[in-house]
Amino acid sequence: MRKGEKFIEAFLFGCSALTLLTTVGIILVLSFETIGFFKDVSLIEFLTDTEWTPLFSNKHFGILPLLTGTFLVTAISMVVAVPLGLVIAVYLSEYAPGWFREIVKPVLEILAAIPTVVYGYFALVYVTPWLQELFPDQVGGFNALSPGIVMGIMILPLISSLSEDALYAVPKSLKEASFAMGATKLQTVKQVLIPAAFSGISVSIVLALSRAIGETMIVAIAAGQQPRLTVNPLVPIETATTYIVQVTMGDVPYDSLEYKTIFAVGMTLFIITLVLNNVSFWLKKRYTQAYR
Amino acid sequence: MKIEANNVRVSYGSEQVLKGITMSIKKNTVTAFIGPSGCGKSTFLRCFNRMNDLIESCKVDGQIMIDESDIYHSKVNINELRKSVGMVFQKPNPFPKSIFENVAYGLRINGVTNKKYIEEKVEWAIKQAALWEEVKDKLKKSAFALSGGQQQRLCIARALAVEPSILLMDEPASALDPISTTKIEELIYNLKASYTIIIVTHNMQQATRTSDKTAFFYMGDLIEYDDTRTLFTNPKKQKTQNYITGRFG
Repeated sequence: MRKGEKFIEAFLFGCSALTLLTTVGIILVLSFETIGFFKDVSLIEFLTDTEWTPLFSNKHFGILPLLTGTFLVTAISMVVAVPLGLVIAVYLSEYAPGWFREIVKPVLEILAAIPTVVYGYFALVYVTPWLQELFPDQVGGFNALSPGIVMGIMILPLISSLSEDALYAVPKSLKEASFAMGATKLQTVKQVLIPAAFSGISVSIVLALSRAIGETMIVAIAAGQQPRLTVNPLVPIETATTYIVQVTMGDVPYDSLEYKTIFAVGMTLFIITLVLNNVSFWLKKRYTQAYR
Repeated sequence: MKIEANNVRVSYGSEQVLKGITMSIKKNTVTAFIGPSGCGKSTFLRCFNRMNDLIESCKVDGQIMIDESDIYHSKVNINELRKSVGMVFQKPNPFPKSIFENVAYGLRINGVTNKKYIEEKVEWAIKQAALWEEVKDKLKKSAFALSGGQQQRLCIARALAVEPSILLMDEPASALDPISTTKIEELIYNLKASYTIIIVTHNMQQATRTSDKTAFFYMGDLIEYDDTRTLFTNPKKQKTQNYITGRFG
């Protein structure tokens, strides 16, 4: 019996150790290849050059165009998802009748279950033509706006669902205190509930942000493959994730400098999302203390 | 009479929790509601500022008059009603804001923007709640930095800032230590001059110390309602006698 117990314990330990090892392995591989990349390209060039053309004969290794591409699409998606997600969260937690909430919550979560490739084609085949009609002769067949909007819809349930949980978790006594002062529902939501749920809401936004930055399929399909240092949402761009797809799908020789670029770009993305996850962890910790 | 309740019945779904309560309360008095848990005293208290309206399944029948007007009339503005009937809850529930902003809350939601007026009113309310000396140097600090007893007096100040004429207190000292409790009781005694106070309490000594009149509730009925001294020294009903001598409850 004791032997069996020990065996099971060792097995469970092995399972959890496996996830740890995988993570460490990925970070190590990323690091090694990235170090290899920076033997050929200086960090200064990587961070300051304004062109990204590793696959051309005139090679430039400036990450900025890829990052602006990524942040442009991300910003557009946040402009769509944050206000809409918050309004939905407030409506569902405070105003909606019970039956409506029961229907809408699962439907919203279905949005999160749609494969991103479907979203990508939705952006390319429906949203882009619609934008072209709206702004004739200004919108490229590939652009940042269309995948940005669609990505906003994709991360909407993340924000609305987590924010609603946060609003719902605000102690009922605070709500009662506000109503007992003669506050209206809207005043209570604005002045008490949202400030009290602020940590949960901001965590949901940060998580959505890192999801949007790492999103690949939608932008690979609908945003284009032209690294460009621009904030114009109507022209083709390329995001960091799309570039990685482009290179891994092409026939770049193994261990060449071009090959190593994807690790440098991957590392950059990894650092950005790691920082964001830490920010959300910190926000959560910092603002939940208030109630303890 | 400040408050007149006439045959008030309250039910949650099919369960009737108040079975027809009739009583009147004089201006500038303290009235204590006592009785075992589940007797309906808190539910009755929450009828006076219509907090029961927040519970979907709750239904209130009968009539409650405050200053001779029916507060359950369809034309009554609930938000206005709640501004004139302040409430203090069992557990201190300050907002996650600064001490100052907690007390200013009622003024701000009333649309008051005059900074000077708000400052004066906040100071006045905190003084009324006998908290000023303890917090005057840290008004910008979070309300959570205060002790439980201070938080409860802050909640009283918050309620007073909009100048209600009635103050409802739902076991305001049950979560507090004896020293804080004493402070709250002294406060109740002093506030009587300007407010009509109703206090729900489980603590019979507290009822005798603070109130002019006491109402004993049992199983949704008002069993006995009399001057506090009379009710505790010479109760007319056997049930009251049994409860105040600690035979049940």
